[in-house]
Amino acid sequence: MTRRNLRIAVGVVVAAAALYAPYYFGPSINQELSRALYFAIAAMGLNLLTGFNGQVSIGHGAFFGVGAFTTAILMDSYSWTFELTIPVAALLAALVGVAVGVPALRVRGLYLALVTLGLAVLFPRLGQRFIEGTGGVALIRPSRRGFDSLIDGLANDQWQYLETLAIAALLFLLAWNLTRSRVGRAMIAVRDQEVAASTVGISIARVKVGTFALSAAYAGVAGSLSVMIDRAADATDPILAFRNSIEFLVAVVIGGAATIAGPAVGALVLILLRRETNGLIEGKEMLSPAIFGAALIAMIFVLPGGVVGGLRKLTDRVLPEHPRPKENP
Amino acid sequence: MELFFRYLLNGIGNGAVYALVALALVLIFRSTGLLNLAQGEMALFSTYFAWKLTDLGLAIVPTIAIAVVASMFGGALIERTLIRPVHGPDKSPLNVLIVMLGLFLGLNALAQLIFSDDAEPMPKPWPTVASPGDPVGRNARFAEVGGVPISWSVVALLLSLIVLAGLLYLLFQRTKLGLMLRAAASNPASARLVGINSSNMLMLGWALAAGLGAVAGVLAAADRGSVNPGLMAVVLVYAFAAAALGGFDSPIGAVVGAMIVAIAEAMTIGYVKALSTIELVVPFGLILLVLLVRPTGLFGRKVVERV
Repeated sequence: MTRRNLRIAVGVVVAAAALYAPYYFGPSINQELSRALYFAIAAMGLNLLTGFNGQVSIGHGAFFGVGAFTTAILMDSYSWTFELTIPVAALLAALVGVAVGVPALRVRGLYLALVTLGLAVLFPRLGQRFIEGTGGVALIRPSRRGFDSLIDGLANDQWQYLETLAIAALLFLLAWNLTRSRVGRAMIAVRDQEVAASTVGISIARVKVGTFALSAAYAGVAGSLSVMIDRAADATDPILAFRNSIEFLVAVVIGGAATIAGPAVGALVLILLRRETNGLIEGKEMLSPAIFGAALIAMIFVLPGGVVGGLRKLTDRVLPEHPRPKENP
Repeated sequence: MELFFRYLLNGIGNGAVYALVALALVLIFRSTGLLNLAQGEMALFSTYFAWKLTDLGLAIVPTIAIAVVASMFGGALIERTLIRPVHGPDKSPLNVLIVMLGLFLGLNALAQLIFSDDAEPMPKPWPTVASPGDPVGRNARFAEVGGVPISWSVVALLLSLIVLAGLLYLLFQRTKLGLMLRAAASNPASARLVGINSSNMLMLGWALAAGLGAVAGVLAAADRGSVNPGLMAVVLVYAFAAAALGGFDSPIGAVVGAMIVAIAEAMTIGYVKALSTIELVVPFGLILLVLLVRPTGLFGRKVVERV
């Protein structure tokens, strides 16, 4: 079996499983799986920025929040159809991304992490100040009617899962093609050697700000979808945006930075971990952050390429991409 | 005018706590070039540890001493086991960042799992007088100048800052160990050539930072009357703003920056009603402004980057 066939076989099995899952599981698991899907989209956005372009952000929870509130407000106050709000959410998040990406040109590495951290901490406070939702708090619940299944024979949870899956598949395909294109190679070149990249004619500023905008748009779409799955846009919790930011990064690192499948694998692992550890110790919700923290550190030490990177190494061993040429006798 | 001085004193009290954390950040930045994102949660862990000691009946002053020593060992351990293997000029900065984020999440969660996930009372290492409107005695007054009461907490916080900053100054400028620390920070390779164990110096830098963080955490908790799991996250933000403003490699800058940031915060809370509840905009505005306009801060040195 060649690598190519293996890849196709894995792809077919995963696609079949993803399509069959909503019929196999019940509504509660379907909701968790949908959650993993929108998490995967946000993680992919962060992966484009951090994995492929080398700009670290721990503020993507804010872009996610912008997307969520765009959708929630448009549906709640202006009675838009849910699907139409998604591009608007992406666009607004991208605009905020540009607003952050331009100053980010001046700072890099840990300083950039610091600035984006500020974004995540600030977002819920701005939300609490300027958004008047249900009962005067920064929480908007659009009518659940807006997310009802449009196809007879599909229950609401199945419809929501499949819709999220379709959008996720589209965005992953886009990312896959992008990273193998001219633009994608420019992104990687800027990550690896900024000076060298600029000497071969890549506009560093354009690539960096563009990646920031695209990455933020992914997070915005994820936020928009989260309104459908979690049924609310929420800024009442002061650390929610920060926690989301960290969890996106956890998903990228666990799955494997700068890989295409990584964010999806990481998001699934993360959601399952969170589900399994919640309520494991009575009255203590702190177990999952403790595990995430330990997992982050352990991954860096044990499996720096993440799950996908590790699997790739394994297949390299078993099925070398270029079989070793036989030595002539 | 009286109100103005009240705000000013509030600012100075908070500024002392921010300055201690900012000093810890500067210590680590000078020796390793890292912005320690986990500094706040390291301090939080120490603070909960200290609360546990007082809960077991220990007086507050020996508690602080024990917490500082234990934190220094903890800081050294973290540097040696977790930071060193992933940090170096030839390694990706992403890895060390992720390890620090892991520490950030893990230490906060661990403090809650081991000690308590609730707000817990922290006794004050300064005289208190409880009054009907002030059950924890936060505002027990030390003196009154022109109608403005100066509370014991402000005096104690400021005094702690002066003593600790003075001790650090003596350590770095007047002892052989300090000279070795400075040599290892400014040029590790050359320091090694003259017989200084640079890697031990890095470890000592982290230990000192962890000890400072412990003092800052306990004082912050004592000033507010209790320690809670979110205590240090906000303090860390202000400390980062302070260190950015002063220049990440300047201890004097950290102290001056902390006072500016804290007084700006107090004045914002006092006078700018439009920013009520979002006074956190102030430190972030400052961080962004400084990083954009003058990345070296007020007192920092310019670093020349070679390609």
